[in-house]
Amino acid sequence: MPRVVITGAGTINPLGADVPATFEAMREGRCGIGPLDIRDVDRLAIQIGGQIKGYQETDHFNRQQIALYDRFTQFALLAARQAVGQSGLEFHGALADQSGVIFGTSGGGLTTQDENYRAVYEEGKNRVHPFIVPKLMNNAAASHVSMEWNLRGPTFTVATACASSNHAMGQAFSMIRCGMTKVMITGGAESMLCFGGIKAWEGLRVMSRDGCRPFSATRNGMVQGEGAAVFVFEDYDHARARGADILCEVIGFAMTSDASDIVMPSKQGAARAIAGAVRDAGIPKDSVGYINAHGTGTAANDKTECAAVADVFGRHADKLMISSTKSMHGHLIGGTGAVELLACIMALRDGVIAPTIGYEEPDPECALDVVPNVARDAEVDVALSNAFAFGGLNAVLALRKFR
Amino acid sequence: MTTDEKIIAIIADQAMLEPGDIAQDASLADLGIDSLGLVECIFAIEEAFDITVPFNANDPSESDFDISSVGAIIAAVKQLQTDQAK
Repeated sequence: MPRVVITGAGTINPLGADVPATFEAMREGRCGIGPLDIRDVDRLAIQIGGQIKGYQETDHFNRQQIALYDRFTQFALLAARQAVGQSGLEFHGALADQSGVIFGTSGGGLTTQDENYRAVYEEGKNRVHPFIVPKLMNNAAASHVSMEWNLRGPTFTVATACASSNHAMGQAFSMIRCGMTKVMITGGAESMLCFGGIKAWEGLRVMSRDGCRPFSATRNGMVQGEGAAVFVFEDYDHARARGADILCEVIGFAMTSDASDIVMPSKQGAARAIAGAVRDAGIPKDSVGYINAHGTGTAANDKTECAAVADVFGRHADKLMISSTKSMHGHLIGGTGAVELLACIMALRDGVIAPTIGYEEPDPECALDVVPNVARDAEVDVALSNAFAFGGLNAVLALRKFR
Repeated sequence: MTTDEKIIAIIADQAMLEPGDIAQDASLADLGIDSLGLVECIFAIEEAFDITVPFNANDPSESDFDISSVGAIIAAVKQLQTDQAK
C-alpha cells in the first residue's frame, strides 16, 4: 500500500496568518479569542469569538474575485497558496488530471447567505447580486482552489459539522493510499462569525460568554472561531522522487457514527473511532504520545472524550498528552480539524506540545494530562487528531513523525 | 390563561402529555423531557413571557434558573417576570 506524507501546509486562523505564526502562538499559549467585531453584535448574547483580526480582503484579492469569494473561500485560497507553495508542486498533464481537492466546511458561505437575507428581508430589496449562489455554495472553496492550481481530479466538499475537515482529510488519505491519485489538496475552512451564524448557535445554549476552557472544572461552553488550514497530501514515493521536504506521515484514519443522539456525544462512538484509527495505522496503542482533543469546552464533550480515551488506552491514557487548542483559536466547526492538525505536526516535527490554555481547576471526570496552560517540549512519535460532530459522526486521523 | 397554565401547557406540549397530567412536583425527567426538550421549553417560555431565562445547557443544575420541578420552574418564571418588568 502506498504511504502518504504531508509536503505542504498553510493556514490563516485567529492565531496567525501562516503556519510559523500559528506555531509560535501555540508555543506561547496565546489566546486568539476576543470581542467580536461584527454588525449588530449588541443584539447577541454571545459577543466573543476567535475572529481573524485586521484582515482586509482587498489586500489579497481583486474586485472581481471578491464578488465571487465568500470569506471562507478567501481563507481557503490563502491557506492553499501557502501549502502548495511549500510543496513546490506544479500541476500539469497526468498529475493535474489525477490530483484533486477535498475540503471540509459546515456553514460554507454562511456570511454571504446572511447578508443576502438581510437585503431581501430586512431592507426589503427585490434584487440581489447575481453571484450569491456560486459564492455561498459549500463547494465554492474546493472549486476555486481546483481552478487556481489546475487540479482536475476528484474534487468535492464534505459537510459533517465539526468533523468535516477530518472526514475530508481521511478521504484524501484513503485515495492516495489506494493508489487512485498521487497528490490531494485537503483541509477545511469556516467563517460563521456573522449575526445569523452566532444567533443560531446561541439558541442551543452551549456557548460560553467569557472564554473556552476545555477540561477545566470551570468551563462553561464553546467559543466559535474562523479560518482555514490546507495541506498537500502526497504519495511517499512521489514525494521522495522529487526530493520534497516531508512534514510528517499520515498513517491511519477511522470514522464511526454514534447512531444515538443528534447532539449528545457517545463514549462508544468516539472510542470506536479512536481505536479504529490506531488499528488502521497498525501501531501499538502505547506508541501514541499526543492526542489533539476535540475538546470543545462543553460539559458533554469533554467528559465523554476523556472517558473514551481512557477506555481505548487503558493505563497508557495516563502517560499520553492530550490538549485542546480550541482554547486558543476557538471552534472552527467544519474547519477545526484542519487547524488542529497543525498542532499534531508541531508535536511530531518540532517536539512541542501545544497547551490547553484557560485551564483553572481540575475536573475529576477529565483526569488526563491535558498539558495545562503552558506548552511542553516532548518527543512524540505518533499523534492522533480527534473530531466528534453533532449528528454523532466521529473521525480520527493518526500521524507519525517522518524518519 | 394564567402563568401557571401557560407554563404547564408548554411543558405538556414537549412531553406530549395532557396539561392535566403535569404535576407540580414532577421533574422534567419524570415527564420524559430530555436535554433537547429542556432547551426547547426554555425557548418557548422566553417567547411566551418575553423574558430572558439565564440558562446554560452545559450545566443546567448550576444555572440561576431552578428547573428541578414544574413548580420550581413556575416560581422561577414569576420571579423573572418581576425582575425583568419594565
